[in-house]
This record gives sequence, structure tokens and C-alpha cells, in this order.
Amino acid sequence: MTNSTEQKQGFVGGTANYLDERLGLGAVVKGFGRKIFPDHWSFMLGEVALYSFVILVLSGTFLTFFYQPSMAEVHYDGSYAPLKGAQMSIAYASSLDISFDIRGGLIMRQVHHWAALLFVAAAGLHMLRVFFTGAFRKPRELNWVVGFLLFVMGMAAGFTGYSLPDDLLSGNGLRIIDGMIKGIPVIGPAISSGFFGGEFPGTEVVARLYSLHIMIVPALIIVLIGVHLMMVVIHKHTHYSGPGRRDDNVVGYPLMPVYVAKAGGFFFLVFGVVAAIAATFTINPIWNYGPYDPSPVSAGTQPDWYIGWLDGALRLAPSGWDVVIAGFVIPMGVMVPLVVSLVFLALVAAYPFIENWVTKDKREHHVLDRPRNAPTRTAIGAAGVTFYGVLWAGASTDLIATNFQMSLNQVLIAMQILLILGPVIAYWVTKRACLSLQRKDREMVLHGRETGRVVRLPHGEYIEVHEPVDKYELWKLVDFKEYEPVLPRPDASGRITVGNRLRSAISRLYFEDRIAPVSKAEYELAHADHAPAIEDKPKSKRKPKALTK
Amino acid sequence: MSELEKRYSPGLAAQTKRPIEDPGIEPHRVRMTDKSEKHARTAEKQIAAMFGVSVIGAIIAIWGFFAFPIVDGDLSATRNNSLWMGLGMALSMLGIGFGAVHWAKTLMPDNEVSELRHQARSSEETRAQALEVVKLADGESGFTRRKLIRRTMYGALAFFPIPGIIIFGDLGPVVGDTLRHTMWKSGTRLAKDPTGIPIKASDVTIGSVFHVIPEGLEDLEEHKLEEKAKAAVLLVRVNPEDLNEDPAKADWSYQGIVAYSKICTHVGCPVALYEQHTHHLLCPCHQSTFDLANHCEVVFGPASRPLPQLPITVDAEGYLVAQSDFLEPVGPSFWDMRK
Repeated sequence: MTNSTEQKQGFVGGTANYLDERLGLGAVVKGFGRKIFPDHWSFMLGEVALYSFVILVLSGTFLTFFYQPSMAEVHYDGSYAPLKGAQMSIAYASSLDISFDIRGGLIMRQVHHWAALLFVAAAGLHMLRVFFTGAFRKPRELNWVVGFLLFVMGMAAGFTGYSLPDDLLSGNGLRIIDGMIKGIPVIGPAISSGFFGGEFPGTEVVARLYSLHIMIVPALIIVLIGVHLMMVVIHKHTHYSGPGRRDDNVVGYPLMPVYVAKAGGFFFLVFGVVAAIAATFTINPIWNYGPYDPSPVSAGTQPDWYIGWLDGALRLAPSGWDVVIAGFVIPMGVMVPLVVSLVFLALVAAYPFIENWVTKDKREHHVLDRPRNAPTRTAIGAAGVTFYGVLWAGASTDLIATNFQMSLNQVLIAMQILLILGPVIAYWVTKRACLSLQRKDREMVLHGRETGRVVRLPHGEYIEVHEPVDKYELWKLVDFKEYEPVLPRPDASGRITVGNRLRSAISRLYFEDRIAPVSKAEYELAHADHAPAIEDKPKSKRKPKALTK
Repeated sequence: MSELEKRYSPGLAAQTKRPIEDPGIEPHRVRMTDKSEKHARTAEKQIAAMFGVSVIGAIIAIWGFFAFPIVDGDLSATRNNSLWMGLGMALSMLGIGFGAVHWAKTLMPDNEVSELRHQARSSEETRAQALEVVKLADGESGFTRRKLIRRTMYGALAFFPIPGIIIFGDLGPVVGDTLRHTMWKSGTRLAKDPTGIPIKASDVTIGSVFHVIPEGLEDLEEHKLEEKAKAAVLLVRVNPEDLNEDPAKADWSYQGIVAYSKICTHVGCPVALYEQHTHHLLCPCHQSTFDLANHCEVVFGPASRPLPQLPITVDAEGYLVAQSDFLEPVGPSFWDMRK
């Protein structure tokens, strides 16, 4: 008998054989090669985040070869004439050298900065997609938490990197962080001293931020991404509601070859777009700001977008709420924004557990909700987005005021009011819009699509002809789960606990107003009764009659 | 209802009686490239062309690196270098990306495939076996049985990380009273920022503003920025009649010249904007607004404390000097600032 491994196999076959005999890769390819992934544009948001991170690691590695994280003072002697001879830190001077004296340095700096902005944006949009489609439900609650941590780490990576050039703008950012830290009761001043190695700005902080930025934070991000993707493999990807999509299957295309080509190609597309933007649009022109100096500041400055909501929170903070207890000061201009943003983040992290505490639905969910089919969740999400959005816009009160010729004070007060009222309005409007859309879906299922053709019946009545929805489209409109509110019930000892009452109240908030999916009986009734008179035969070959099989 | 749904409680989910049935996956729609070899050939050529464009892009990027060497003082070299390398790289990567995606969408099969999921939960048998393993390990180690070992171990595990926290104690010095004091002391001249030239009272006309540092700051060998971050002052001369001065602090100003800390009491940004006709100082970071005519009390924004005033006077030569240091901490509030 011929031993097949000794036959001539060509280069690819030979390599494959070599690797399999040493690593057992055959089983991996067999196991993963035809893994099915569902297709939807919104599933690419997470991919964008992942690829931006890869771009960040590549471009960041290039930057580390030239950047020097030292706050020692030097006199600038590079190509940028306006700053020649100026006293500055080595960190700022080496950032200028990367921009002006190293070929490819500026483009890599800009790729790095744009990719960072994209990373947090894509991660945020990905979170919103997961939230609004209910993809965080069992069994994916833990992965939601991992994703949340990734988002927070993304902000941390961004902030620590933003401060490294040690320019005037980022130095003022650090100054603000210092002011916030100092305001924390009891431990604030000590933490500030530990962070800056003494008084602000000190000579340590850039090197410390550098350790965090290139080692600790990226290492955490890599570990979290590993866990995040591992859980995606374990759970298999969710899919949107559609014909043949169930909670016990996954419908899509195989990893090899389709997703290798699509996702692999998509990496190059993301990188290509980032490179094109970086080549043509300036980001963070540190040479315009000058070296850090605690005295000057320019008006109209803004942090990178993902820190904007925190800066906005600082601006919208109430004035004169400071509390003095036994001679100790609690500065509310700092503590209110700090606590409010932490509570907001905690609520985001905890949402899957809160919703499950209300529904007590212990089943696995792999078919995504259309946002309209979970009106209260969607409304809560809209309220959250509005809250974040107002804080974010709050970081631009001065620019809004100057651009639109308004009073700065009035813009700010308007933002404060919006911060409270905006989420309430967004909640109400969104919930009503979702319920209306659900009603429209029901209408569509029961009476079909309006064709615009008006006919006159023999007895003189005019009607519009409705065309029934084909069975595949119909399925999308009826495939969702409906929940009912629960009444407070006494427990084993006959008491109604506070938790029970609360859950009942929240369940009413969630599910009191609800639209049920059309049942088969309703469908048949609607179509049996007057259907022959007003319904046209569907144009497509797929008839809803097949519904009954 | 699937197996998964039967197993677990649906909670508040309502059960629809006789739901409409799932029609199953839609039939595959044949693409032009599936049924026409000609279209498939065209797609193949398009994909190859995109990969070809990618090579051209890479060549442009390499050309950009060598064609525009850095010339000292000539920023156009940097700009061209950056632009062409960036555009070349972008083209090179977009070529590969569009090529690969176009390949997947036109020539690779697009039949939807269904694969069964497995629930995360292990089978009953596996769970029972896992439990056996845990029990076995517990029995062999005596973890549950030997309480003394277990409890001392918890104690050890609770204590061992503490040195790991304490070891960071020297990240920064003990705060002490550095936050309460600045470089200003009795007789320090007020100097212009950043030149360090002392200011004569007679040079300060009504309505003018000076950014001020203590004289000698520029000569400091170390901690220059730390001192500046606390000592920066804004000097303004207003018509003395416009000042609404506290009688106790009436001698802190000199003929309508007042000096206030430039460091915002909110989170420490420099309060750099002065509006002459309202006598308001505005912090550009978070828009805290202070009324200079009223001892810089907060009239708007998130700050809570007035900007501290630096008591000033003139020396024998007519230069503005500080009477003393600030009498309260400057900059952001901290918890024990009043102690």
C-alpha cells in the first residue's frame, strides 16, 4: 500500500501536510472552514472596529520607533521654521520630528489618529446595533459586558494617546483631568500627586501615559478582543428575523471561501479608506498649538470626539452646589458630572441583566429583534442616545453660540434643559413610533399592500385593490415575540415584596402597550372574508396560499 | 417550538396560539455570473484589474517616499511626501479590498446555508461528569473538609496583593501643603508672561489686560511649569468707580488695578478671556464666568468659587508687587482645601 503522505503533493499540499503533521491544523480547517456566518451590513460595524484596531497597532508600532516619551526640555531644531529655537519637551519635539523630518511620519501619525477616531466610533455604533436588535440577550450577556469594557478601553487608549505629543491642547486636557481628580473627596489630591509624580504637570506623566498607551491598555484590548471573538465562535453569530431563520439554526454563507474573501477584503477597504482620509485631511495639527504652557489657552478647542460627552458633562454641571461638610469641600462642579457619567456607563453595562430581570425569559435568543418589535427597549435606547448626544453637543456650546450668533449662556442653559427633557421626549416619541410601525406591519399582513388601483364593484362601491404580501416577506412581519406585564404576586410566605412590586411596575412600563404578532387564525379570517373581492393575485409567483402548505 | 424554547422558562413571553408558520429559506436567486460564462469572464477581468490597480498604488507610495526627500524649512516636501504615500497606500489597499469583495459577490457561491446551533449548556451527562470531577478533586484535596487550610488560604490570598498596591506609593510625593502655596510672596514683582519683564503701575492703562507671572519664574532651574500652573495671574485696570470692593480687601488693589488668579476654580483651565465692557472673565474650557468688578464671583458656569485675588501694591520704583501670597488655594477645589 502506498503511503499517501509520501506522494508528491505540490507546494500547497506539501505545506498543508507539513503543518497538519506538526500542529493538527486539519481538524481546525475542518471545524471552522465551513462555519456559517449570516450576512447583514450592520454586522460589519464590529469588523470596522476590529480592523481599525489592527491599523492602530501597525501604525502605532511605526510611531514608537521615533517618538520619545520624555518631558525634559530642549530647544527645537527641526524643519518646522515657526517653532525653531522654542523651548519644549522632548516628547513634543519628537512628535514634530515625526511630522516634519521623517518621511512617512506625518501620514502614519494621521493614519493612527484617524483610525483611533474610527475605532471608538465603530465600536460605539456596533454597541448600538447590538442594543437595538437585542443581541445582548441570553446567551450573550457576558459578551455584552466584554464589549462594553472594550468600548471603555477604547476611550482610555484614545485619551492616553492624545496626551502624548505634549502640545498645548492635550496639556490643557490633562489639566482638566487633574482638576477632576483633585475634586474627588479624600483621595483626590493624593491620586493626582501619584498620577503626575508630584504637582501638575510635573515631568513624569507623559512617560507614564506612554506605558499605559502602548502596553497596558492595548494588552487589555487584545485580551478582551480575544475573549469577545471566542464567545462569537461559541455562540455562533445572531441573524436577523427572516424565512428559515430560527433560534436553533444559523443561516448564511460559509467562512471559506466567502467570508475569507469578504471579511479579508473588508480589512483592506477599511485600511484604504483610513489611508485616503489621512492623506487628504489634517487631524490634530500639533504644530499649530505650540508646546504645553499652563498659562495660554485657545478658545473653541475641543477634545477628540469620544471624550466630548465627558467634557460636555463638565460644562453642563450645576453652579454653586458645592457642599461643605465639617470643613471638607465636595466640589459638585466636578462630582456631579463624574457620578452622572459613571452611573450612565454602569446602566449601559447592566442593561441586559435589567431587562432579563423584568422578562425572566430564560431561553436562548439567536434571532434578532427588529427595533420596532421591542418598543420599550428601543425607546430606552433612544433616550440613552439622546442623553449622550446632548452631553456631546454640550462640549460645543461655545462653537454653537459663535457660529449661530447666540448667547453662550442661553445655549448652555438650553442644553441643561435638553439634558433632562430630551431623553423623556425621545423615549415617548420612539415608543409611539415603534408601536405605530408595528401596527403598520399588522395592517400589511392582514390587508396586504395598497396598490393604488381603484376599482368599481358591480354594486357601485369603489375600493382600492390590496396585494397580499408574499410569504417570505410576511414571515419577517410576524416573527417576533411579545411579552405581557406581570402583576405583583405574593411569595411563598404570602407577602408581596418590594422587588416584586418594582418588577411588576417596570414590566407594565415595558409591556403594557404592545402589539401582538398576527396569528394564523387572524390571517385566515382577514383573507377569507372579504379577500376575494378586494385582493388581486400577487404578481410574483410566490403566493401566500402556500402558507397553509 | 424548538427544543431550546421548551427547555427554559419563557418568562413573560406570551405564547401565540397557532402562529403563522415559517416558510423556510427563500429559494436561491441565480445571478448573471452563475448562468452566463460571459458575465463570469467579465467579472474575472474586473477583479484582476482591481488587483492590478493595487500594484500601481503600491508603486505610487514607494515613488512618493523617494521623490520627496525632506528639505529643511520646506514644508511642501513633507506635504507631498505625505499625500502621495498616503494616496498610494490607499489605492493599493482599496484595490485588494474591492477585488476580494467583488470576487466573493460575483463568483463565489451565494446559496444560503443553514447550520444547526448547539446550546451553550453542556449535556446532562457532561454536567454530571464535570460535577464528579469537581467532587473528586475536592475529596482528594480536602478543600471542603479541611476548614483551617481553606480559611487561612483565603486570608493569605486577601493579604498578598496589598504590597502590590503599596509598592506604588512612591508614584508621587505626599501632597503636603504645596497646593496651598504659590511662588508669590511679599514684594515679588508682577512680570509679563512670557517675557518676564516687570510691570510698572504707570504702564497699565484703564481697560488693558496683562498676562502675569511672578518675576524670577523664567530663571527657575526646575519646576518652572508647576510654579507657573499655580502662579499665573491676570492683571486688569478698571475705572476704580466700577469696582465694587469689599472694604476689607480695598487695599488689595492699586488705583483700579486688580490681580486675580488665572487658574479656573472649576478644573484648572487658564481663564484667558476678558470682556472689557462687562468686566467679565470667561474660561474658554467650560465657560465659567467671573465678575471682575465683584471680586471675581461666579456669575455663570460650573465653577463654584470666585477666582482668588492677589493683593498687590507698588514698590518704591513704581513696579507692581505682591503684598503676599494668595490667601487661599488657587485652582480646582479639593476636599481639604479649607483645613
